[in-house]
Amino acid sequence: MTASTQDHAHDGHGYGHDGHHDHKPSFFVRWLCSTNHKDIGTLYLIFAIMGGLTGGALSIMMRAELAHPGVQIFSSGQHWNAVITSHGLLMIFFSVMPALIGGFGNWFVPIMIGAPDMAFPRLNNISFWLLPPAYVLIILGQVTGDGAGPGWTLYPPLSNSTFQGGPAGDFVLFALHLAGISSLLGAINFITTIFNMRAPGMTLHRMPLFVWSILVTAFLLLLAVPVLAGAITMLITDRNFGTAFFEPAGGGDPVLFQHLFWFFGHPEVYIMILPGFGIVSHIISTFSRKPIFGYLGMAYAMVAIGVVGFVVWAHHMYISGMDVDTRAYFMAATMVIAVPTGIKIFSWIATMWGGSIELEVPMLWAIGFIFLFTVGGVTGVVLANAGIDQVLHNSYYVVAHFHYVLSLGAVFSMFAGFYYWIGKMSGHQYPQTLGKIHFWMTFVAVNITFFPQHFLGLAGMPRRYVDYPDAFAGWNLVSSYGAYLGGVSMVLFVVICFMTFASKQKLADNYWGEGATTLEWTLTSPPAFHTFEELPRLR
Amino acid sequence: MARRGNGIVAFSLVGVIVAMGGLAFASVPLYRLFCAATGYGGTPQIGRIANTESRGRMITVRFNADVAGGMPWRFAPAQAAITLPLGEEQPAFYSARNLASTSVTGVSLYNVTPEKAARYFRKIACFCFNEQTIEAGAEAQFPLVFSIDPAIADDLNTADVTTITLSYTFFPSLEAAKRSGAVATAGPHIGAAPARDPLIQRTN
Ligand code: HEM
Ligand SMILES: [Cu+2]
Repeated sequence: MTASTQDHAHDGHGYGHDGHHDHKPSFFVRWLCSTNHKDIGTLYLIFAIMGGLTGGALSIMMRAELAHPGVQIFSSGQHWNAVITSHGLLMIFFSVMPALIGGFGNWFVPIMIGAPDMAFPRLNNISFWLLPPAYVLIILGQVTGDGAGPGWTLYPPLSNSTFQGGPAGDFVLFALHLAGISSLLGAINFITTIFNMRAPGMTLHRMPLFVWSILVTAFLLLLAVPVLAGAITMLITDRNFGTAFFEPAGGGDPVLFQHLFWFFGHPEVYIMILPGFGIVSHIISTFSRKPIFGYLGMAYAMVAIGVVGFVVWAHHMYISGMDVDTRAYFMAATMVIAVPTGIKIFSWIATMWGGSIELEVPMLWAIGFIFLFTVGGVTGVVLANAGIDQVLHNSYYVVAHFHYVLSLGAVFSMFAGFYYWIGKMSGHQYPQTLGKIHFWMTFVAVNITFFPQHFLGLAGMPRRYVDYPDAFAGWNLVSSYGAYLGGVSMVLFVVICFMTFASKQKLADNYWGEGATTLEWTLTSPPAFHTFEELPRLR
Repeated sequence: MARRGNGIVAFSLVGVIVAMGGLAFASVPLYRLFCAATGYGGTPQIGRIANTESRGRMITVRFNADVAGGMPWRFAPAQAAITLPLGEEQPAFYSARNLASTSVTGVSLYNVTPEKAARYFRKIACFCFNEQTIEAGAEAQFPLVFSIDPAIADDLNTADVTTITLSYTFFPSLEAAKRSGAVATAGPHIGAAPARDPLIQRTN
């Protein structure tokens, strides 16, 4: 709308938003001072790939250690603790969240609602640039001294200054503060954009499901992350300034930390999966050439999951000494979540039912997602039983459960989104056969890695140890082979990225054809630097 | 675009963030109040019972004693268990000896199991209400007075309880721990915080 005609590439303001359609600012201004939602989305995606590769490399190191009983690779138990901590935090805060929310969210929320950009473009830039320093702090927490090893759950007393002394532990806590601020600023931006900047005719009940998923996610962030921030602030003052929020000797209670952490932590797991729900809905509908089955039900199922997700947190704490009535409540509330989750699964299947299904690469990932996520949901319901959880808590069964929903569920939705939209975002075609090989290799690898962990957990193998009795050797070796294959498919993904950008094939605006109906498919591939300066009008 | 509208939305959202952050901190006193009021986590009630009308039913209270890692005391109950009628006020004793070469101040934390019985467990007087200091090598007697609310027999959830365990754990008070340079000695398998003072070392 601002139609300045000067040469703004060098105007030094660095806002990059006052250009004509394809007048892009200089490299430095464009990327470091970027306020363009597409460029910021791209930065997030690149960052998420880096985070995922680092976190993934750590996981292969861990599986190499656990391939055989005894301590081979790690120098000590604390070294192990530090690596599992970094792995968990990198994957959650520096890979899944940046990819699904910052990456795809920034790219496609404004486009799908017909807005020219996010509501607060400069805030958007800050949101992104808080993450690299946070990432550096996590790495510092890993390499300083013995490393910080409180696990991603940061429970005191393990995370207090007695057991994680020195600056490493504080680096990790400050990293989470930065990542938390970044998420909160992003959440404010998304909610404002979705509430205030929809094109005429784009009512809430016509919004694409991906936009709904980001809206619900942003609200979850808004309500959950400040509680984490409060809890880790108390942890920081306990560690450094002699307070005793979680220190029994001073009248504090470590169990309070668990309550605060999981009040954040359970919504956090849905923060990681809801955007994936949105992406998968679009893909299933596109490649079945049918509108999504039960659109409103799908949207409100996400809202219901978000709301109920705030009152189930203590299913992570069944053995913390709660009385039987409290456990019964949390058990019932937790199982209620399976209902809207089931609605989503059945609606995806109903969408495919009778559709003319094309098994393009994104569709493979989306179907893989439904399958694996369902397995994880079922083990979740098993764990929700307080009686059973007495035995399974902190065992490899829990590890298997959350990897089925996360590293198979959420990550599959990330790859599905990547293959679905990379042509739109970059204008380059991915190599199709390699994409299919990538899917099948990953699918086989993750199942070999994580399915045996159910057996290990049921047999009593506890999580978070560097070593284990010989009795668990067999399935651990199988699991490690799966992880190595997963490592190969990670390398293949990097190769596919390079081949995609080397591809010269021109892509049409709507290269998926009539099944793809959202607004991004009305734009060129890649879209112009600025889009929808003239608001689109919806029939 | 509704720029002013954007400001209003963003401002309210910041309000939500501040409120949730405030709630996290408010949860510290709220949690304590909640535990004290409901007996959650095995927190006994403090003060006399209004209704002491006993119905002759007996209940057994067992006594447990622990010291936290790094607390140089030997701490034990004077009696293993007491069987008493519901409603009756009952004294009991613990004893502690300071094994360190300096005076040490400790605070004790307590709870009862089964936790559901906590709301009927009344402490009328207790050494655990205050910090306790024992001189080097000295021994001290710690008294408490308690009773069990007869209402325990009327509550369907607790009618089956015949034995309650009362447990205390002594921690070095934060000041004492600071003075000696370490709260506890971490094992070699976790981030090490070596005790700088031989005073704070486990005795067995
Ligand atoms: C049907 C829905 C689900 C149910 C009933 C469920 C239930 C549970 C329960 C009871 C636990 C605690 C197990 C224990 O520690 O003993 C748990 C752990 C976990 N769940 Fe789920 N879950 C569900 C879906 C999900 C989803 C969708 C995600 C994430 C995308 C997720 C991520 C996790 C994680 C990360 C943990 C482990 C946290 C930790 O201890 O480090 N769950 N789940
Ligand atoms: Cu949960």
